[in-house]
Amino acid sequence: MDFLVAHFAQVVFLFLATVCLAGAAGVVALRQPVHAALSLLASFLGVAGLFVLAHGEFLAAVQVLVYAGGVMVLFLFVIMFVNVRTAGKEAQYLRPLVPLAVLGGLLFAALALAAVWALSQRPVGDPSAFVSVAGEHLGNTEAVGWILYRDYLLPFEVVSVLLLVAMVGAIVLGRKPKEGEAA
Amino acid sequence: MIPTSWYLVVSVLMLACGLIGLLVRRNFITVLMSVELILNAANLNFVAFARQLGDLTGQVFPVFVITIAAAEAAIGLGIIVQLARMKGTVALDTVREMRG
Repeated sequence: MDFLVAHFAQVVFLFLATVCLAGAAGVVALRQPVHAALSLLASFLGVAGLFVLAHGEFLAAVQVLVYAGGVMVLFLFVIMFVNVRTAGKEAQYLRPLVPLAVLGGLLFAALALAAVWALSQRPVGDPSAFVSVAGEHLGNTEAVGWILYRDYLLPFEVVSVLLLVAMVGAIVLGRKPKEGEAA
Repeated sequence: MIPTSWYLVVSVLMLACGLIGLLVRRNFITVLMSVELILNAANLNFVAFARQLGDLTGQVFPVFVITIAAAEAAIGLGIIVQLARMKGTVALDTVREMRG
């Protein structure tokens, strides 16, 4: 019990990491797209929890709102819409690629883990930078907004144009072709 | 105190999962989900290093990444809807029109 209290953050981290990775594995392994989508949802929520642990409260809220709320609903809508309930025997994997892909993924993971291993244990930075604006204690959302609108205003505007383009593209792709018009 | 390397390990494993899923899944929708996993792993890295360095910029860039992920999902799912309408399936090995 004392161990749990003393290492509470670590225990929470390990729990959230397990949720994340189990969800990620489920996306790869589960047969039904709906199950994979719900597994992905668990992974998203786990990542949101990890953001909170790393002093990213605003990002955690965005993660839940945009990913778990918006993108997931979009995925589930499309899964229901195209109705691709998998029949029992139908292949879910591109067979010839499986060994290569698993090998590649594992090699990549080993390489990256070696890089992480080589990273020395440096002290973690001062978390007060995440909640203060110009030395004044306000909160994570205000601090992120300060950086976003002061230093990254142009990328912010460019991204908003990108969203507009994506919206128009999605509408054009999603509509029914008119009579005599190629899809 | 949680070491930064723990975050990186989770991020790497998530990215590997996404990579494998991206390559081997036959269903277009699950392939898109794998891409979302990869982008999430990148976000996790950003936030972990923001924490390591005490620099808030690492918490601003995930906002852009999330935006791009949303745009990508919208366009990708639009393509899937059209594909399902044209072919009645979203299995990737049935789509070979653009193969030369």
